[in-house]
Amino acid sequence: MGAAPVHLAGERLMLDPAGVLHWPARRLLCVADLHLEKGSSFAARGRLLPPYDTRETLARLLPLLRRYRPERVVFLGDSFHDDDGAARLPAAERGALAQALAGVEAVWVAGNHDPSPPSCLPGLAMEELAEGPLVFRHVPQARAAGEVAGHLHPKAMAPTRAGGVVRPCFVADGRRLVLPAFGAFTGGLDVADPAVASLFPRGARVFLLGAERLFSFPMAARRAGAAVQVTKEGGGSKGEFPPPWPSITR
Amino acid sequence: MRTLPEPFAGWFAARGWTPRPHQLALLEAAGRGEHVLLLAPTGGGKTLAGFLPSLVDLAAAPREGLHTLYVSPLKALAVDIARNLTLPVEQMGLPIRIETRTGDTPVNRRARQRERPPQMLLTTPESLTLLLSLPDAPEMFAGLAAIIVDEAHALAGTKRGDQLALCMARLGTLAPGARRVGLSATVAHPGPLRAWLSPTARPEDVRLVETKGGAAPVFDLQLPEGRLPWGGHMGLASAPEILARIEGARVTIVFVNTRAQAELVFAALWRLNEAALPIGMHHGSLEIGLRRKVEAAMAEGRLRAVVATASLDLGIDWGDVDQVIQVGAPKGVSRLLQRVGRANHRMDEPSRAVLVPANRFEVVECVAATEAVEAGELDGEPPRPGGLDVLAQHVLAMACSAPFLPDALYAEVTRAGPYAALSRRDFDDVVRFVEDGGYALQAYERFRKLFRDAEGMLHVRDARIARQLRMNLGTIVETPMLKVRLKGGGVVGEVEEWFVSTLEAGDCFLFGGQVLRYERLEPAAVIVSRGGEGEPRVPVYAGARMPLTTHLAARVRAILSDPRRWEHLPEPVREWLRLQRLRSELPPRDGLLVETFPRGGKWFLVAYTFEGRLAHQTLGMLVTKRMERRGLGPLGYVGTDYVFTAWSAFEPTDIEDLFAEDILGDEMEEWLAESSMLRRTFRNVATIAGLIEKNHPGQEKSGRQMTMNSDLVYDVLRRHQPDHILLRATRAEAAQGLTDVARIAALLARVKGRIRHRVLDRVSPLAVPALIEEGREWVAGGAEDALLAEAAALVDEATDGAEHFAEVLAEVTEQVPVRGTSVAREKRRSKWRRAAPRMVTG
Repeated sequence: MGAAPVHLAGERLMLDPAGVLHWPARRLLCVADLHLEKGSSFAARGRLLPPYDTRETLARLLPLLRRYRPERVVFLGDSFHDDDGAARLPAAERGALAQALAGVEAVWVAGNHDPSPPSCLPGLAMEELAEGPLVFRHVPQARAAGEVAGHLHPKAMAPTRAGGVVRPCFVADGRRLVLPAFGAFTGGLDVADPAVASLFPRGARVFLLGAERLFSFPMAARRAGAAVQVTKEGGGSKGEFPPPWPSITR
Repeated sequence: MRTLPEPFAGWFAARGWTPRPHQLALLEAAGRGEHVLLLAPTGGGKTLAGFLPSLVDLAAAPREGLHTLYVSPLKALAVDIARNLTLPVEQMGLPIRIETRTGDTPVNRRARQRERPPQMLLTTPESLTLLLSLPDAPEMFAGLAAIIVDEAHALAGTKRGDQLALCMARLGTLAPGARRVGLSATVAHPGPLRAWLSPTARPEDVRLVETKGGAAPVFDLQLPEGRLPWGGHMGLASAPEILARIEGARVTIVFVNTRAQAELVFAALWRLNEAALPIGMHHGSLEIGLRRKVEAAMAEGRLRAVVATASLDLGIDWGDVDQVIQVGAPKGVSRLLQRVGRANHRMDEPSRAVLVPANRFEVVECVAATEAVEAGELDGEPPRPGGLDVLAQHVLAMACSAPFLPDALYAEVTRAGPYAALSRRDFDDVVRFVEDGGYALQAYERFRKLFRDAEGMLHVRDARIARQLRMNLGTIVETPMLKVRLKGGGVVGEVEEWFVSTLEAGDCFLFGGQVLRYERLEPAAVIVSRGGEGEPRVPVYAGARMPLTTHLAARVRAILSDPRRWEHLPEPVREWLRLQRLRSELPPRDGLLVETFPRGGKWFLVAYTFEGRLAHQTLGMLVTKRMERRGLGPLGYVGTDYVFTAWSAFEPTDIEDLFAEDILGDEMEEWLAESSMLRRTFRNVATIAGLIEKNHPGQEKSGRQMTMNSDLVYDVLRRHQPDHILLRATRAEAAQGLTDVARIAALLARVKGRIRHRVLDRVSPLAVPALIEEGREWVAGGAEDALLAEAAALVDEATDGAEHFAEVLAEVTEQVPVRGTSVAREKRRSKWRRAAPRMVTG
């Protein structure tokens, strides 16, 4: 329903508008940056954010597991907001998650927020997962091919006739796919930011999440001229009026 | 009547001064231990009147320890007053130390002030809260004899005023004998101001001392040569006339309404300023050193004019100003009078003021305002209850000072005027919020900030909580700002972060009176160089524009509807109104005129509601929601101070239904869910209440957003605990201030059954200004997805997968301005940017 196909290293992957990746050939579902227990992580540092974020995130994730019935689920890192997050999972949420993962092979890819394997949850923990021609890892690497990554929380602004609309998005070129962050308390980073844009020097396509479908737009290649513009001196200080401060304060 | 004791009598006499009646009245009231509110126009020796009783007291009975606390809304004002007060104290040889305590006070002096406080301490509401949150506050304030609140009218009714009222309630507990003195400009309804100042929240416990205003100000209306502009708020067409006025006076203050307008007017004046008259500029985003230089130049008479925003509004003395020019609509009668009062600081001569309306509606508004001044009518907004977010901050601050009993603290805060009607339930919920977040789900037992001992006293958990509180004190939530630094040079000021995000290297913008070229972004600073090519943009700031007051709006409506009252209007405006009568009709005084007409493939609906911009933005949201339900395909809307306009795919019919009172029901609920205004309000509330961290300017940010996005918190909280205290606080705040729901309810009731709907074949003369108004809001929600789909399809069709889709889209769709377009019309490459966060931060 509403998923869009992309091809990466010859594999056909489906992007779901809910923000998860489905690989039909391997019956694999992948989700990035859940940041579970971010609320309680902040609470421990004195910011008592609403304790409902895990509940909210799972309420969105579990129906997807039921719908796709994958053999394997890859959690693409930063599944918990901090290394103790898994231990803080409320009993109800832990139960719901364990139940949903019963009979499924869960792979917990390490993230920068949660480098250690999650306690008390079924599944394998690994630094990265190589599967066929693809590699699943948290932080995208500079020269990678067939890479599926998270970490960046990409979002993009699409122009419409009424102005820009900002949504979380997938970013893909022929070599790499970056997933949007899935968690309820996860913000986004604009794809124009160098941290994202530099990974796609020859441009990419962004897929903005919508209620029923994705909205795909090309993302421009980084403009070669930009650097030249920055360093080019000149134009001179030919403001049409004199800078006022020196004259009135001298 | 009482006379001055020595050495004061001698000191006055040596200067040829006689004490003013209100100065003696305050001395007398102090003798009786009364609390006083003094209403006097600018230049009436108000501040001295406030301090005189304390000076007399300390001269007669010198003593150590804090005697008088002075609180001002502006740091600069506190510093200015300290300077002005130190001189006579030294001349009379009084044993009184006077010191300021603000955010800028160096650490060593702060420590000294706590050990050995001066007799007179001059401070701001924020610094006072901080002092009261310290464990030694009881000792420091125990001997306090007087609290002087300056510019009380500017504080009461704001969140800073709420905070100060709570602080005064605490001081009432620590020093029950302290007299309160409020100094204020003339206000329409002193009752609420007295209640705000009162130690019992009852107005009758504060004596009112009023001085009669001097001569009535003389107003001149200045129109530009040539055609009167239809739209715009900048008033640049009148630059030659403004310059001529400056040439004709000694010292002029040119007041404008926004910082962006200050930049543009200043630039326009200098473009014409062939005689190189010394003209300066002053606004709140300029670097403080630059501002001080301009202030000094002004005070020393080295400037002929200064272009200024509200940063110059309050009481600081700017020397011998003999002319005030207000560019753009005055927006409120009291505001106009205060600005005009800056000219000619003597009470017996009339102030001269020039009004320079920027467009046709503003002409009517200027005329309405001058008529109101002649009639002696001021506008006063009704008082609003104190914010629960401010209370939350206060509760934690008090806990940091000492453990407290909830009953005792409740009794104390309800003695503060804004919280007199606070319910015990709201209070308890606020306390619970401070304790553990106040969530239905008991998840944070381990992370509580307060704990209760066996006697029911609430204690703060540890020193870290107190540190965190002190980092986040205050009720002014700044939008994230970035410093503007010249390459290889100094800082010239700051702009909002979102504005920078719309810039690309090489773009140029107008700031501090010069064209700057954007080079690059460094952590916490924008690096720029002088000069640059192309049309410069102008940084705009959130919450910049004041809404039209209810009172002035009513006067504008009355003038428009009645041709007999057009005599003071200039001919082009009269002609405009006559044309309107011919093509459509004049907006009635009490009913509502709604026009609909097709234009450019869309249908426009223009409602002449005159309820102010805030109310119109809310109304726009509600009406377009209803239009969506009726299948009219609304696309967007814009609210000006006067009218609100919506545009839709299909012709709007059954107008009565669109403006039915029940849009405040279902549509309201739905709107609350999505409204960006509510989100902005929530962000403020959550920050002040301490749920999310304040943005500390200059703090380095990791490239990635690790600060918490308040929108996400809002969404989750709304779904899982819609009655949470912060959501209640958000709705309450939005209902009065930001969204003016009360004003909308009154409007809908008033016009029920009296809506005049005119179907026109084209735009009417009165509708033109609305159609060229900037700052449109987009209809969010379902329509957004439809738009994205359309855009995606269009791009695919037009480009066949080619890159640079933004440019392509701009070519295939008509030139619709993008959201959040800056003041300078962007004729350059399209930039698709979201609207600036609009907040009321002053």
